Amino acid sequence: MLKTFRIGGIHPKENKFSAGSAIQPIAIPDQVIIPLSQHIGAPCQPVVKKGDKVKAGTLIGKSVGFVSANIHSPVSGTVLKIDKALDASGYKRDAVIIKVEGDEWEPSVDRSQTLVSECTLTPKEILDKIAAAGIVGMGGATFPTHVKLTPPPGTRAEVLIINGVECEPYLTSDHQLMMEKTDEIMVGITIVMKALNVQKAIIGIENNKRDAIDLFTQKATAFPGITVQALKVHYPQGGEKQLIDALTGRQVPSGALPISVGTVVQNVGSTFAVYEAVQKNKPLVERVVTVTGKDVKQPCNILSRIGIPLSNLIDVAGGVPESTGKVISGGPMMGKALASIDIPVTKGTSGILIVPTLEAKRKAMKDCIRCGKCVDVCPMGLNPTLLMNLTEYEVWDRAEKNSITDCIECGSCSYTCPADRPLLDYIRLGKGKVMGIIRARKN
Amino acid sequence: MSVLLTAVATLGAIGAGSAAILYMVSQKFKVVEDPRIQEVQDALPAANCGGCGFPGCASFAAACVKAESLEGLFCPVGGQETMDQVAAILGRKASVAAKKVAVVRCSGTCDERPRLNLYDGASNCAVAAALYGGDTGCSFGCLGLGDCVDSCAFDAIHINPGTMLPEVVEDKCTACGACVKACPKDIIELRKVGPKSRRIYVSCVNKDKGAVAKKACNVACIGCTKCQQVCPFEAITIENNLAFIDDDKCRLCRKCVPVCPTNSILELNFPPRKETPPAPKGEETTVTA
Repeated sequence: MLKTFRIGGIHPKENKFSAGSAIQPIAIPDQVIIPLSQHIGAPCQPVVKKGDKVKAGTLIGKSVGFVSANIHSPVSGTVLKIDKALDASGYKRDAVIIKVEGDEWEPSVDRSQTLVSECTLTPKEILDKIAAAGIVGMGGATFPTHVKLTPPPGTRAEVLIINGVECEPYLTSDHQLMMEKTDEIMVGITIVMKALNVQKAIIGIENNKRDAIDLFTQKATAFPGITVQALKVHYPQGGEKQLIDALTGRQVPSGALPISVGTVVQNVGSTFAVYEAVQKNKPLVERVVTVTGKDVKQPCNILSRIGIPLSNLIDVAGGVPESTGKVISGGPMMGKALASIDIPVTKGTSGILIVPTLEAKRKAMKDCIRCGKCVDVCPMGLNPTLLMNLTEYEVWDRAEKNSITDCIECGSCSYTCPADRPLLDYIRLGKGKVMGIIRARKN
Repeated sequence: MSVLLTAVATLGAIGAGSAAILYMVSQKFKVVEDPRIQEVQDALPAANCGGCGFPGCASFAAACVKAESLEGLFCPVGGQETMDQVAAILGRKASVAAKKVAVVRCSGTCDERPRLNLYDGASNCAVAAALYGGDTGCSFGCLGLGDCVDSCAFDAIHINPGTMLPEVVEDKCTACGACVKACPKDIIELRKVGPKSRRIYVSCVNKDKGAVAKKACNVACIGCTKCQQVCPFEAITIENNLAFIDDDKCRLCRKCVPVCPTNSILELNFPPRKETPPAPKGEETTVTA
């Protein structure tokens, strides 16, 4: 019996063109741009200056504050400058620009492919290594992993949930990583379990990845406490709260963290990064990026260093098609349209989706016909049409009462709206405003 | 017949009883409102725009009556005349404030600021600004989607379809500040109207370094400090590569305008420049900003 979450959800066309395409490397260009803010939380403080020599794996940005993550140089070379550069946020922000010279790594990094399954570190030492390596949630939200793995006082994790859902259409980077790095991910899971001191882990994978389900089920027999659960294909199952509901039947209360129901969720990409950081001393300097789209010549999965311009990755996939209307960083549902393809790959870049002109244009907004479809599909049980109106008329107190801050920005409402209303655009704006008001009230 | 009489008598008794109760209750819980609040409110423009900082004219009137002095209380819509009336009603000294007007500090028309990408999202500046810097290389400039127009209760600001920039109709602008709050890029500023509506201001808010700003827009302030050097009154400050003219110090000498290499300083409603300026005369009041 395939499980899924209970409230709302949609099933957009999957279009996983790049499925099964082996992860391929990409040449390092002459120059890379490393944004100092690649995670949720405070931007990093640069610890290098113009003219400094760096190796791949050298710390270049130190985290400031609790919710923040270190940033390391993905290449060896010389720091050209620390300047403002355009990134996926759409604004120019601080970045370290490095001129690439050779490919020399920090000596502490073990770059061999041999599997190291033994881990004798204490939970504290594991967490310190994860924090030092600057690992963040690689599903796209980029929340620092060491913060997630440190439950607040008074709470205790019971179950670790590994997110191999990849519910976004088109994207296949997690799928391919699961196929190629199965053993490493299994070791990564045991390490995270040790760090959290939990005995039970569930790997959730959607049923459109049968090969990965079979492979992990077979591998899991050797690991007591780890089980694999196949899930019905249903968007947005990769959302933390939806996945917890689907796998454990527990519902995270409004405004609370998954730990409040005894669960911690980790993405497979982050789990692999944990393995590399703890067992191989390798900081997070590269990730798998899917380059795909209907008219892309060779949809593929690329192992890219952080800081390489997206245009280089698109070239590997056969260049920008003539029909291109829009380039999206991430998947079609939650990804963000880009103003330029010269921006660099960051820790949260799960994919590059090239949308043809015919599909790129948004339709003109019409009046709401009160059909209630957005209410039906909202996986958080919200009323999107009401929240959009409250945002338009700036009625922040009512927006707060109607739980606007619970929105996970999955975009199911905008996807389903027959009147083509930009529901999420407004709700996201209102959510930001209301969160600001709540923060101001707390201080 | 007796049925009819009984009904009339009963209803009459209930009516009289209720009237007596209502009268007693209204006497008991009577709210005595200062009659001056209504008088002050009648003197106000009744625009309920919030420009004074209060939710509406009624609460501003109550605040005026309650306050010891009118210091800091000013109705920008009614202006000095209204405040004098309010002061007369209350027998206090009127607060004094120079008349202001909204100015749009961006001159990045389509010609000056090439479009690099196409925005296709919700037609709302706040939504667009939350997503990215805008469809040009300048992430500080006007997005042209008209949040200021929507916010204006006086029909005093419009988007010029030719330049895609907002223009303020000076006659209608009451300096209520709604557009200043609505603009997510903080482009609109309230400035003193100035003698004969003459104003000089830096029409740019770009804080990028000079070269970056100039590449994005031909009329961007590049922070070169030329205007600061030429200003005899120390009215110009430069912060984050951006010049700002303090309208309290500026004496409208116009020396800064010709030295600006990017023409980002605008002068409004001045007579044409000549060797010896003729006597100033009235100018048209529609402002192109």
